[in-house]
Amino acid sequence: MTRFDILKAIAPLIRDHLVVCNIGSPSQELHMLDDQDSNFYMLGTMGLSSSIGLGLALVQDKIVVSIDGDGSVLTNLGTLPTIANNVADNFVLLVIDNGSYGSTGDQPTYAGQKTSLTALARASGCETVVECPAVEITDVLQTALGSGKMTVIICKCSSGNATVPVITMDPVVIRDRFMKAVKRV
Amino acid sequence: MSAHQKIIADFVSNRIEFVTSVPCKQLAGVIDQLGETPEIHHVPCNKEDEGMGLCAGAFMGGKRAAILMQNTALGVTLNTLATLTQFYRLPLPMLISYRGEVGEPVACQVEMALHTKALLAQLHIPTYHFHKPDDLAELDRILKHTFMCNKPVAILTDASFWKGVNA
Repeated sequence: MTRFDILKAIAPLIRDHLVVCNIGSPSQELHMLDDQDSNFYMLGTMGLSSSIGLGLALVQDKIVVSIDGDGSVLTNLGTLPTIANNVADNFVLLVIDNGSYGSTGDQPTYAGQKTSLTALARASGCETVVECPAVEITDVLQTALGSGKMTVIICKCSSGNATVPVITMDPVVIRDRFMKAVKRV
Repeated sequence: MSAHQKIIADFVSNRIEFVTSVPCKQLAGVIDQLGETPEIHHVPCNKEDEGMGLCAGAFMGGKRAAILMQNTALGVTLNTLATLTQFYRLPLPMLISYRGEVGEPVACQVEMALHTKALLAQLHIPTYHFHKPDDLAELDRILKHTFMCNKPVAILTDASFWKGVNA
């Protein structure tokens, strides 16, 4: 399974939640699969999906799912201690770990080699960290969403990207409709 | 009221409820004051671009957010300022310890001070420089301006300012 297969599998689970989606292929794939006004697509700023999601989860009660990648977490490793030490039980960080920088041509990341993001998350102090193969993602995510506990999921999968168009929606439109979705009862 | 208290009181009266920070010696008193301010949720971050991500999330969640940082970190935030804060039109007051100005004891700090205003000008970021204690009187209006125009706004606070307000 690739990231695209994972996004397809989890789309029905995340549709009714606030989703912050990583830059590049992840956002483009999610946008094509199941565009929702409750999706915040990152058009720039590699690495900050988890930070934006945590900030959002800390200030309001709705469930927030940040979809991140192994390369992006590696570029913002300081996020893991911040998450661990500022617990938001309405926050799920889903790291789709395909061991590669997908959006830039599938160059290998260190997470696909000696480095374990699962171990890094645990060492940072994150209390609920689940590593799973891609085939288990719907069960693992469903459990996390129902647990009422902040959860970091490291989902291991194959590299590869679907052929999908870039997002041409204006960033202010993305932000405006997302903020309306946040406020919606 | 001390300068630290006045800064945080202005934050509170402008409904800033979320603050992230990377510490600087000059901002230590302000950060201490945050800990005594129940109206503000303080989340220390490890790097300033990470902090700007937290602020973006908090703002979209309905809480006004601000960052406390040192000017030496401006370089690591340029991409975030351009492609997140500015691109999505998010307001962000940046209370910046302006190291490397007159009164600075550490020579290396002067190097980034030389670039600070040029970088902010290049990014078209409204920039205010607090040099004398009286300059603090404008903070309230600067914060209102920030949330009026939905832009990142820099408030540079130098060693002379801090020496004056702490005298």
